[in-house]
Amino acid sequence: MNILVCLSHVPDTTTKVKFVDGKELNKTGVQWIINPWDELALTRALELKEGSGRKIKKVTVVNVGPKTTEPTIRKALAIGADNAIRINKEPLDAFSVANEILEVINKGDYQLIFTGIESSDYNSNSVGGILADLVGINSVSAVSGVDFENDSFKIKREIDGGYELVNVVLPAVLTVQKGIAINPRIPAMRGIMMAKRKPLQVVEPCNVEPLLEYVGYEMPKAKAACKYVETANELIDLLHNEAKVI
Amino acid sequence: MILIYTENWDGKFKKLTYELVSYGSELAKQLNTNVVALSIGMVEDAELKTLGKYGASKVISINNDKLNTFDTQTYSTIISQIAERESANTIIIANNNIGKAISPRLSAKLKAGLVSGVENLPTSIAPFTVQKKVFTGKAYANIVIKSDIKILTLFQNSFGIIEADKDIEIENYNPADINLGTTVLETHKAGGKLLLGDAEIVVSGGRGMKTAENWKPIEELAELLGAGTACSRPVSDEGWRPHDEHVGQTGKIIAPNLYFAFGISGAIQHLGGVSSSKCIVAVNTDKDAPIFEAANYGLIGDARTILPEMIAAITKLKNS
Ligand SMILES: Cc1cc2nc3c(=O)[nH]c(=O)nc-3n(C[C@H](O)[C@H](O)[C@H](O)COP(=O)(O)OP(=O)(O)OC[C@H]3O[C@@H](n4cnc5c(N)ncnc54)[C@H](O)[C@@H]3O)c2cc1C
Repeated sequence: MNILVCLSHVPDTTTKVKFVDGKELNKTGVQWIINPWDELALTRALELKEGSGRKIKKVTVVNVGPKTTEPTIRKALAIGADNAIRINKEPLDAFSVANEILEVINKGDYQLIFTGIESSDYNSNSVGGILADLVGINSVSAVSGVDFENDSFKIKREIDGGYELVNVVLPAVLTVQKGIAINPRIPAMRGIMMAKRKPLQVVEPCNVEPLLEYVGYEMPKAKAACKYVETANELIDLLHNEAKVI
Repeated sequence: MILIYTENWDGKFKKLTYELVSYGSELAKQLNTNVVALSIGMVEDAELKTLGKYGASKVISINNDKLNTFDTQTYSTIISQIAERESANTIIIANNNIGKAISPRLSAKLKAGLVSGVENLPTSIAPFTVQKKVFTGKAYANIVIKSDIKILTLFQNSFGIIEADKDIEIENYNPADINLGTTVLETHKAGGKLLLGDAEIVVSGGRGMKTAENWKPIEELAELLGAGTACSRPVSDEGWRPHDEHVGQTGKIIAPNLYFAFGISGAIQHLGGVSSSKCIVAVNTDKDAPIFEAANYGLIGDARTILPEMIAAITKLKNS
């Protein structure tokens, strides 16, 4: 049994984003990280493997990106992934990215595929579901926990007002959110050394056409300055009579 | 034709449902077409007909016990069959748990470009261009959908409700063989709790609240206002509050009319989840806390003494 974790390479969450002519992200000075949910997914995948009594053999990570994403991929190897695949292409939209990963799944042997519920750059919560449909397998969304019991996976998914525990026919794609793990694993020195020797395979893309085109970017309108008040009474009065929100 | 997937909660629709239909009807005016709703589950005719009040001219109702289990593959297959049968050119779904689960699968089945979390009508119809927040609220992207069929998920509480009385026709539909790939083992649901996404007012606390016990006045204030409760990430990590209350970049993204931040510093990752709120109120001891840059109203002071004063002031207001 093997697990595939899809990684998105995104700007650090504290990045003050800027754009070149309102057309593309200005990458100057940007620090890059593993998308936070993907990092949690990887953390849980490794825990599952370690707790499986060797039934889960391998945790592979895959990224669709140019060579500049390799430090992010190496970090995933340092955290503990066994091997990595990079599909050599600038990601353009969720549909084309999922089509690239489809090839990796068709050629591999993965029972569980993890994607983050969204990536913190384009926030499109799409890749996991599109991928599952292209492969023709099940998907479970809003997954906040997964356990390996009696050779099958027990999956916890969020529903309105609570959660469900479900089983799903494998292979399946799980799109995961917080709760799958609470904190990501930090690479240890030994992991960083070993990561250099772990296989990072580069494959050429199949170049499926995207369905979306990101044509430009705008910054949100500046908001009015904060109005300071001294007392609770004054605040409630303003919320009632001025903002009319209570 | 614009197809709207209208989810129900124990046979009832919510404000969110009517917001989706309102959005669809306004879009239908631009595209010069009509709005058809699709409902899956046991919903009475009287309830289905309420969709007409917001501009739907037909509702297709599917009622089959097997569909009590939410299986992403099955649901998206049924919706895509209806979309094809009705020649839908736009599909609108809520940007919630269910919508996020089915919309990407539909995108793959129909080769339809999906833009999730839109807040407004398209800025242009040809080319079909929509705007959405990217980089967790730090910017907007203008996106052209190039495919014939378009799928949009609408961000809850962003568009509002518009009444448009239409005569509505109900059609019952029975899908062919249903093969569920998902088995539900257990369901855990806290009854009666207001869902964060539905709440028009949200009262939230951060690490500045110091202990789990200090949430009593936050809950009291929320109850008084009919509000939901939320928290910053460290608060849920510490276990002071449940994870489903965590808002921000890695938690829930909400857009209530009013958001109270008590003892929350306003880190960029926190703001990513709440910056679309229409009015933000911050109470913090630190006058330099970044939350004040995002806030509409600010009070510099100790949340623990100010909360009881606010409760008293609101009680007085309610009684007057
Ligand atoms: C990848 C990543 C993702 C993240 N995602 C999220 C996320 O989704 N959501 C999130 O919230 N955070 C997130 N964070 C964490 C974020 O960076 C902050 O650490 C967090 O939001 C701080 O929480 P806080 O404001 O409750 O606590 P603090 O930063 O500790 O702030 C506490 C505040 O309370 C004030 N205070 C103290 N005592 C009082 C008092 N008695 N009365 C009033 N005010 C008082 C202090 O002045 C301070 O401003 C993320 C971080 C990373 C790296």
